[in-house]
Amino acid sequence: MTGNSLIGLIPLLPLLGFILIILSGKALSHSLTSVLACGSVLVAFILSASLFMSMHAGDSPGVFQYFNWISVDQFKVPFSLVVDQLTVLMMLIITGVGFLIHVYSIGYMHDDPGYNRFFAYLNLFIFFMLMLVMGSNFLILFIGWEGVGLCSYLLIGFWYKNNDYNNAAKKAFIMNRIGDLGLIIGMILIFTYYGTLQIADVNASAAQAATSGVGSNMITLITLCLFIGAIGKSAQIPLHTWLPDAMAGPTPVSALIHAATMVTAGIYLIARNNVLFALSPFTSEIVMIIGIASSLMAALIALRQNDIKKVLAYSTVSQLGLMFVAVGNHSYASGLFHMMTHAFFKALLFLGAGSVIHALHGEQDIRNMGGLRKLLPITFVTFILGALAISGIPPFSGFFSKDEILVNLYAHNKVIWIMASVSSMLTAFYMFRLVFLTFYGSMRKGVDHIHESPSSITIPLIILATLSTLGGLLNIPAVFHGSEGLHHFLSPVFDASGKFMTHTELSQSEEFMTMGLAILLAVIAIGTAYHFFISKLNLDRLMVAPKNMIQETLSNKFYFDEIYESVVTKPLQKTAHILYRYIDIKGIDAIVNDYGYLVRQGSNKSKGIQSGHITQYILAMVIGIISILIASKFFSA
Amino acid sequence: MITVSLVLWPVIAALIALGLNTKTARPFSIFAAVAELGLVAFASYQSKNGGSSLLEVNVPWMSYLHTNFHLGIDGISMVLVLLTALLVPFILWTIHHDENFDKPSSYYSLILFMQAALMGVFMAKDGFLFYIFWELALIPIYFICLRWGSFDKGRITLKFFIYTLTGSLFMLLAFIYIYQHTPAPHSFDIQALYDSARSMDAKEQGFIFLALFMAFAIKMPIFPLHTWQPETYNMAPTQGTMLLSGIMLKMGTYGVIRWLLPMVPLGLEQYGTLAIILSVISIIYASCIALVQTDLQRLFAYSSIAHVGLISAGMFTHTKMGIQGALLQMFSHGIVVVGLFYIADILYRRTRTQDLAHMGGIRLQSSFLASAFMIIMLGSIALPLTSGFVGEFLLINSVFRWNAIAGVVAGLSIILGATYMLRCYQRTMLGDLREGQFLFEPLQPREKFILIALGLLVLLFGLFPSWILNLSDHTVDSLVNIINLKSN
Repeated sequence: MTGNSLIGLIPLLPLLGFILIILSGKALSHSLTSVLACGSVLVAFILSASLFMSMHAGDSPGVFQYFNWISVDQFKVPFSLVVDQLTVLMMLIITGVGFLIHVYSIGYMHDDPGYNRFFAYLNLFIFFMLMLVMGSNFLILFIGWEGVGLCSYLLIGFWYKNNDYNNAAKKAFIMNRIGDLGLIIGMILIFTYYGTLQIADVNASAAQAATSGVGSNMITLITLCLFIGAIGKSAQIPLHTWLPDAMAGPTPVSALIHAATMVTAGIYLIARNNVLFALSPFTSEIVMIIGIASSLMAALIALRQNDIKKVLAYSTVSQLGLMFVAVGNHSYASGLFHMMTHAFFKALLFLGAGSVIHALHGEQDIRNMGGLRKLLPITFVTFILGALAISGIPPFSGFFSKDEILVNLYAHNKVIWIMASVSSMLTAFYMFRLVFLTFYGSMRKGVDHIHESPSSITIPLIILATLSTLGGLLNIPAVFHGSEGLHHFLSPVFDASGKFMTHTELSQSEEFMTMGLAILLAVIAIGTAYHFFISKLNLDRLMVAPKNMIQETLSNKFYFDEIYESVVTKPLQKTAHILYRYIDIKGIDAIVNDYGYLVRQGSNKSKGIQSGHITQYILAMVIGIISILIASKFFSA
Repeated sequence: MITVSLVLWPVIAALIALGLNTKTARPFSIFAAVAELGLVAFASYQSKNGGSSLLEVNVPWMSYLHTNFHLGIDGISMVLVLLTALLVPFILWTIHHDENFDKPSSYYSLILFMQAALMGVFMAKDGFLFYIFWELALIPIYFICLRWGSFDKGRITLKFFIYTLTGSLFMLLAFIYIYQHTPAPHSFDIQALYDSARSMDAKEQGFIFLALFMAFAIKMPIFPLHTWQPETYNMAPTQGTMLLSGIMLKMGTYGVIRWLLPMVPLGLEQYGTLAIILSVISIIYASCIALVQTDLQRLFAYSSIAHVGLISAGMFTHTKMGIQGALLQMFSHGIVVVGLFYIADILYRRTRTQDLAHMGGIRLQSSFLASAFMIIMLGSIALPLTSGFVGEFLLINSVFRWNAIAGVVAGLSIILGATYMLRCYQRTMLGDLREGQFLFEPLQPREKFILIALGLLVLLFGLFPSWILNLSDHTVDSLVNIINLKSN
């Protein structure tokens, strides 16, 4: 294992990139900025890769301590990083996909006046994301957790002249903060209960205590709080509404932050605390329920979205839901496997969508597109590969990762298995609806000068398409005589929780059956999409407003925003106004002022007593003396 | 010796500044304040090497009252002395006076006087001396507000003055009562007062608690004793607001830690819950009101009430975590709030408005100001790696462990705080230019420098909160021990 400073260098490089670029402002040329920003992430990737190479499946985690961040009695938080198999996997995804998206942004953002600022924020994001996965302590993780939220805020509202975008950014930050409160409370409970916030120690002592069967209620409470944090960050019901709005940000941001990395932080959090979650069957149930509900709901909404990025955004919510189902089902490695393949194909799809938007000079409505496959051949081919991967068509990566989740579900929970299969089927349908409407048929709106994007855009697309196609090879299931490489690699991380779970082994035939069914459903879905959007494409039907209640509900995204507006936002505003106008100003402050007024009135009246007549003073004095005498007599008796 | 000079030097400097003309008063007073910071640094160095006994001064003063001129700097005092010495140079430096500015030299002089009194408050180890410094601090700020304040300054200053004076009266009565019960010949010394008060029965301690709480709660302020604050912050000149919110407010919180918690443990037992509940109400109440403020300074004022509510709730749990968190947060809040009010000042001098509805698009014209505001705002909403985070986490933690529901309610401030601050940021900085909007005059080098320095402090103490925590660690340990002993 490499030394302290080298590990620290990995997150430090993008941070340095950020500092250099932000400090030099506009002085730095675009090319120098690109070199700095991309270079720092590339070096971080190379270092992560060499770390990965030097790591063996059986290695125990390395912990690297830098300085004492906080110390109040037993409450000690060292600034320390951890490197184990899970971290390295995350680091590779973050820096690898991150690097590709940096390169892509060179082409995508080339004439944006905020070019340098954009790259600075991207670098800052990579830094915080690395802190999130490398933190060995909950509070260090939380630095990254809040930091990526900040970067998300900055990048959603990147074009800050537009107040709609600013509102989207603000909404994302606030909804995330609701989750963060859960995470904070969870951390406090953990510290109260375990006396430490070192993640490894907490999980170890939970595992130890579990042998004697103690504290499961507390663990349930803790894991529920952590899950609230995960819900916020990973955009699950009921805190999912920020993610579709977050599409206001530039497309590379949607790909990097709102698809490949940040939104998967919730999955990471659960995987990292797999022992705690394994010890709470109740929380795991909740995780599965929220996951499957989000997955289905988002897939249904995606059916009726017409903005190319919104479709992908809801698809992300849906896929994240599937990952939550996996980790809720305690198949952590499968959840992470899907997270990885999803990072490949969803980044690819977003970047492809960006390439389309770029070529069409900002057009995002798929009803206005069509026939782009000849004009944008590279974008088209790579996009198709991504769509096949997410739809679960073999041998693309998504097939393997999704199949693992479904097989495990089949073994443990048939109801959720059915629902997840439906969600997958919907996915294949809306994805190919998107593909057919965008790339097939003929162009429905005249846009001039459509041409394929520059190589800085297409090369990342090609690389990601390759990864999306071949990524499944990393973890070929045993039925195909595969080595299950990723599972073995990650096994040290999940060993401790493994013994608290029951394993149901499926027979080979059952496994082939679920697999076959999944493929069949996907093919049917694609066929149906072909029927509706190519053979029998009815453009008028696309354009008209929703006709029935179901369509209306879907078009309005199940009215979540409207409900929040009328149940939370408006009443809060109203209460605040009442507190301010009536309680504060006309209530408390008025009483204070009245009191002052009374005193003034009183002194106005009583100043008549200071008349200057000696006789009056003497009289008052005599009365006073007598009353004192009487009073003292009275009290002494 | 150095302890005395910390009070004496600003007085001397203030007197000199008074005699200087407009041009020289400024560099001189800034120099004086920086020198004071140097003295504090030296004192801190001395205490590290030779123990805090070097920093004690205890000489007989008014013999007929048996009151001593007793000053000392322990860890708790050091945090606030350092904060005061750190902020005053900034406060002096932020003064922008044009030719219309009335008597700049007396303005500088009053701020230095104020510093002397504040130093005294944070170092006094004698009840009577503490009271004198406490009231002395009111005099310069009274004149600063009355003379350089804005609209309706007469009424508002009077209200503020009488309000806090009423509070201090309760404190004086409590001190005299305790003093009467010290063994003859009576003494105002802090230890004697502790001993005397702690030997009283629960009922007496309860009354003393309430009287002292009244004084400190008005100063902070805590709901429902807060209504003097928003209008005073709004009316006072920028530096007055900075002094009030950055440092003077901490007189109240410091007072609780030093003169209330260890004084009457039995009183704390009875009314501690009430104090925490009021503090938690303060947080939510002020946060909600901040959500609908249209005036920038009023928004910051209410946000300050919310922050100090959390500080107060944490320290009344009288745990080490709560008190350490409170001290750290006092320090951070001082830096952040000075930064916020300075930004309000920069905006006001250019736009002539504090109305959020009339601002916006400033980031387009001054990305520097927008970035500085962003960093300071992040400190205010307690993002990790800014100075606000660790203190806030410790405070919420301590309140949660005191009572889970109170902890969650206090924790809501992280959501509400983000909501009103981001709204404020968006309304001022973001968005497009309005038609007919004035050209935003670029920042002067001095303004930039101050903002950079404050921003760096926010980040520095976010990365190294242990610098502050270590200062007060031992003192808070023994303080918590004393509180938990209940009675002698």
